[in-house]
Amino acid sequence: MKTVFAPTAGMVPTDTSYCPGCSHGVAHRLIMECLEERGDLGRAIGVVPIGCAINAHHFMNVDMCESTHGRAPAIASGIRRVHPDKVVFTYQGDGDLASIGAGEIVHAAHRGEKFTTFFINNAIYGMTGGQMAPTTLIGQKATTAVDGRTVEQAGMPLRVCEMLATIDCAVFVERVMLNNPANVRKAKKAVMTALDIQAAGLGFTFVEFLSACPTNWGLAPVDALKWVETDMAAYYPVKNFKRPEGY
Amino acid sequence: MSKILMKGNEAFGEAAIRAGVKCYFGYPITPQNEVPEYMSHELPKAGGAFLQAESELAAVNMAFGAAAAGGRVFISTSSPGLALMQEGLGFICSTEVPLVALNVSRGGPGVGGIQPGQADYIQVTRGGYNGDAKIPVFAPAGIQECVDLIYECFDIAEKYRNPVMILADAMMGQMMEPVELPPKKEITPVDRIPQVKPWAITGTGQHEGRNVIFSLRMQPDVLEAHVEHMFEKYARAEKELVRYNTIGLEDAEVVFVAFGTMSRLCVETMEIMAERGVKAGLIRPISLWPFPEKAFDEIGPGTKLVISTELSMGQMIYDVKVAAKNRWPVGLIHRTGGIVPSSIEIADRAMKLLEEVNAR
Repeated sequence: MKTVFAPTAGMVPTDTSYCPGCSHGVAHRLIMECLEERGDLGRAIGVVPIGCAINAHHFMNVDMCESTHGRAPAIASGIRRVHPDKVVFTYQGDGDLASIGAGEIVHAAHRGEKFTTFFINNAIYGMTGGQMAPTTLIGQKATTAVDGRTVEQAGMPLRVCEMLATIDCAVFVERVMLNNPANVRKAKKAVMTALDIQAAGLGFTFVEFLSACPTNWGLAPVDALKWVETDMAAYYPVKNFKRPEGY
Repeated sequence: MSKILMKGNEAFGEAAIRAGVKCYFGYPITPQNEVPEYMSHELPKAGGAFLQAESELAAVNMAFGAAAAGGRVFISTSSPGLALMQEGLGFICSTEVPLVALNVSRGGPGVGGIQPGQADYIQVTRGGYNGDAKIPVFAPAGIQECVDLIYECFDIAEKYRNPVMILADAMMGQMMEPVELPPKKEITPVDRIPQVKPWAITGTGQHEGRNVIFSLRMQPDVLEAHVEHMFEKYARAEKELVRYNTIGLEDAEVVFVAFGTMSRLCVETMEIMAERGVKAGLIRPISLWPFPEKAFDEIGPGTKLVISTELSMGQMIYDVKVAAKNRWPVGLIHRTGGIVPSSIEIADRAMKLLEEVNAR
């Protein structure tokens, strides 16, 4: 019989710990498929964050380490100094990257660190149970903003791609959206391009995934995917912000 | 080998380079700035990598990443910077990743000052990190000893798979002394890392199976078992890493306990006291954790008083009291804020404490 589909060797053959409708599984698979297709699984080193995705090292079939909260870009910078020829990446959520780790991501980008950061933006703290994140939308409810986020109390949601795109040595910055198969395919292309650019040693590469968190949004999975498209993408435009010539 | 005259901080950096360090990470903070400055121009020449971090938080985490990836890693900072690194150091203990950290300490608390201080004793021996962990700490009394300790501590860190700390102070960092430098060790090439450190994250193509370096253990029994495993290592360290020097304990009337810069002053003080008819001895802890309790068993029968002598409000004194086991009264002579007392001041205060004991 002809094999028409096989799971990627980049994923450990086990169930994930993520909630139904969560986008982490899709993002994990895209990244691992790209590493496998590039022949990079044996030379990839990943850093997982604090947050739901701390569990990613149970599922991503490559060498990995955990991180203190927000410091994955610093850790990846250290790994890079020892292994300049490997494929290095961080995988971080929005609480980890945009709040407590805002300094580390800016400076890794600023130095043009030759690794790739995959940023899962679901506009909320997932693991700790639905607190407001820097990326929580205005009016969006959270356990620390029960009537919805207000500008007066918490300012405007932080647009990380737009911020990093101002930094010269961040050479590839793209926001993608994991809401339907067509956009998932586009997201994979962005992952592949980021890894191509990392391999070429051109500078810091960054892919943001607009992602669903049905559990903490209090939405059914299908409604959560709709909300990614209608509400999140309205504030966080899905597009390429920056790419080197030829990519 | 011939001796050369070097500034402390530069000699400390050179010692790390000669120990075969692959990576150094640091952030500017006085009085250790010459360490990152020296490493920035000398480590790349030796085939290593220097990176100036955006903060001490980043520095300690860069160090973790490089060490987890199998590199020999050195970091340095000074007191408030070490406070910022504490979370990372506890995390690194839990992940069992080796590295060497140098603290060129200054006065505190808070921003404090930039003159020599020993008020980090509790910070380095008890840690500011959360949870059950220990870090072996060595306190040299001079530049040569500090160079020798830095050179050796990478092997200790790798043997125990744990960070090791060197506690120097602003006096040692900023002064110059003649020093004999140890021979240069080669940096382990990337393709040999899996042989030396089979646990390192080098990519699965370089080793059997998959390496994951982690700290999170959600099941209490699993976490407890891991902490107990760490403490088996620490129990070994308590047997193997105790280091100290003593002078004249057998017939001393007064015994000073002092480390680092303060111990050098005590040696002078002992001469002054001898001129005044009082025989003084010295216990100089070199390992602060594990604390050399057994040194106190060498104290002779004629000792009337043990004095913890410190550049802080009295931090080591708690360990001294435990080690003294109520065999002698324990006094304290101290200055803080960056003030280094003269040996005459220490002698005057020791004579006064002795009079008080004699009057009881």
